[in-house]
Amino acid sequence: MTIRTLAIAGAFALTGGAAMADCGISGGNISILANDFPALHAVVNAAETCAGEAASFNKNHNKDHKDLMVAALTPNPAEYSSVIVANSSLVTLMNDGLVRPLDDLVAKHGQQLNKSQLITIDGKVMAVAFMANAQHLYARSDILEQVGKPVPTTYEEVLETAQAIRDAGIMEYPFALNTKAGWNLGEEFVNMYMGTGADFFKPGTAEVAINNENGVKTLEMLKALVEFSNPDFLTYDSNATQAEWEAGNLALATLWGSRGAAILDAEGSTDEITSNTVLAAAPTWGGGTRPASTLWWDGLTISTNVSDEDAEATFIALMKGASTETVKANNDAAVWLIDGYEPGPASAGVAATAQAGAAPYPMVPFMGALHTALGDELADFLQGKESAEQALADVEAAYTTAAKEQGFLQ
Amino acid sequence: MKHRTFFWFILPSLTAMVLFIALPIVSVVIQSLHVEHEQVLIEVENCGPFGCTTETQVDAEATAKLKEAAPLGRFNGLGTYVNRSHLATSEVAQAWRSSDGIGEFLGALMNLPFYAALAFTLSYTFIVTPLVLILGFMIALGVNSLPRILKGPTIFVSLLPMMVTPLVGSLILFWMIDARGILGAGLQNLVGDPNLSLKASQTLTWITLFVYGVWHSAPFAFIVFYAGLQTVPEDATEAAMIDGATRWQRTWHITLPHLMPLTVFITLIQLMDNFRVFEPIVGFSAEANATSLSWIIYNDLAQENKLFGSAAATSVMTILGVAILLTPVLIRTWRDFNRKSV
Repeated sequence: MTIRTLAIAGAFALTGGAAMADCGISGGNISILANDFPALHAVVNAAETCAGEAASFNKNHNKDHKDLMVAALTPNPAEYSSVIVANSSLVTLMNDGLVRPLDDLVAKHGQQLNKSQLITIDGKVMAVAFMANAQHLYARSDILEQVGKPVPTTYEEVLETAQAIRDAGIMEYPFALNTKAGWNLGEEFVNMYMGTGADFFKPGTAEVAINNENGVKTLEMLKALVEFSNPDFLTYDSNATQAEWEAGNLALATLWGSRGAAILDAEGSTDEITSNTVLAAAPTWGGGTRPASTLWWDGLTISTNVSDEDAEATFIALMKGASTETVKANNDAAVWLIDGYEPGPASAGVAATAQAGAAPYPMVPFMGALHTALGDELADFLQGKESAEQALADVEAAYTTAAKEQGFLQ
Repeated sequence: MKHRTFFWFILPSLTAMVLFIALPIVSVVIQSLHVEHEQVLIEVENCGPFGCTTETQVDAEATAKLKEAAPLGRFNGLGTYVNRSHLATSEVAQAWRSSDGIGEFLGALMNLPFYAALAFTLSYTFIVTPLVLILGFMIALGVNSLPRILKGPTIFVSLLPMMVTPLVGSLILFWMIDARGILGAGLQNLVGDPNLSLKASQTLTWITLFVYGVWHSAPFAFIVFYAGLQTVPEDATEAAMIDGATRWQRTWHITLPHLMPLTVFITLIQLMDNFRVFEPIVGFSAEANATSLSWIIYNDLAQENKLFGSAAATSVMTILGVAILLTPVLIRTWRDFNRKSV
């Protein structure tokens, strides 16, 4: 750190200290590990103003926080007193007992929380959720008008509309979704399979249950959709699809709700595109009623391996961070689960998806292994190199191997 | 040097080698023989913003007790080495029995992650290494015959691909070969096929990665060869010129034999580097069409639930692969050394 940045940091600390609200923290170490996107910055920064001179404060916003968190929370005392998690990463921390039940802290300091914000597992509050996210449909109303179609509500209609756009000679590849081989591709299968309403695992076991008719139908729908995607679709992640959308190369796309604000703002695109972009619920398909998407939440946890004083200080600071004031100041940064949130155009898609009855991403400890197997094994099928049955058999075999190594299967 | 002096002289290096090379390898080998503990699973009720469900969870306390009793995990012997993610012995045997003809068998083999990665890794190694040697040598000869004033700038420009970090270099090329990038769009115009995509076809992805590998490593071969060219004995070359040898004959009979030790050196380094090919696969987002052994290790460790045993087994096999690749070159060097010392 140079002298100049030190001076600036010092100045901030002083001014911040002067404006510090009295949050009732008397001491302790607060140290937060979180993902790196605007909504989480807002929460953690608000928590920082509350920490004041009474407590020491440290934060780490990191895109790869999931890779650090287990190692960072394992020693005693832990490196971080809190990790901001999502559905899937909470399970990883709970597998090793690295986060503590929050019931007493919620009772003492969590009066403003809605009951729906409490993530309770086996009757104990293990995390407090503050925002939601989901993948859903983005549509260009001007192009849909040209072909005389409404915003699709089923994936069958998406296919029809895409065909109409292609036939009208408007775009050769009007559709995109995040199909980059790996995590993104796995997530697309999970989303689409959710639309069938079937389970991923045989109930009560870690045995995978996707190698069947539902799995085949899911793969066939994905294949039909990527026929309308640019041939480079196996390299498309959120950044790539957002750029394609903003460049006006797409008429329909399945994207994350958290991309909404960035797509609708004036940056990176033309007024013609942003003003005609409509955010709609994730489509259903195959006669199902559940939107083909997974709901995600982001929330706070408190480490097991820190002192009770640090735990309490961290919880109080984060309650301040995830408060109505933060939401009012950052209304459009996320779909907040906190009181005082007013849904705007950027959150319309996530809200509609949740209202239509989408289910949350499965919180089972072996879901990660299945997700990885899906991401690794489905590319061959989508490229037409193997049959759907072969692809599903490969997924099952890859999952079983990994689950055996992790001790979930014998 | 006295034996005693020699011992004290190499002791620091020896200690460092044991600490930083031998012990980690031993630990990786031990890790590869173990798998995680059995997870104790329980059914619990989960509630959140989207309602309640009954889900399976790990009983962290009971599992922690198992871990305490045996910190290394369950001993699995060579189980990890032969499972589907690695040598896949039973899957290979099954494919051998059920396939009609060698083509179908190879197809089944390429469907297994380890063999698919091995196929790309070996192709990359054996295509990129010789091309790097040839191209590097040709650039060195070219630069060496330039007028003195042009040499400096040319050397600097030629070295640029090597100076760029592999990940950044591959990312830049990745953007350029995009269907909307300058190279991708140019190629589409040239061939007249608007659907041609360098990223979508397996063959084109492989060729792109090979071209990238040569582009990135040729400067290394060039600078080593160029240094060597400065030491070619002038009297031998002049004598050959007086005898009427052509430029080609001089290169073939004098320069090349003189540079042989350097060629062996570059080959060794390139075989090792290319067998560990990794960054371009990430940079080009090529994992759908090309994976390597190093990429498999990364993929095992990049998950939330890390597969340490699996990654360790692939690492051990990568080390063995490097050792096998280098053996012929090392034997040759050893023979040369003995011949010279006689």
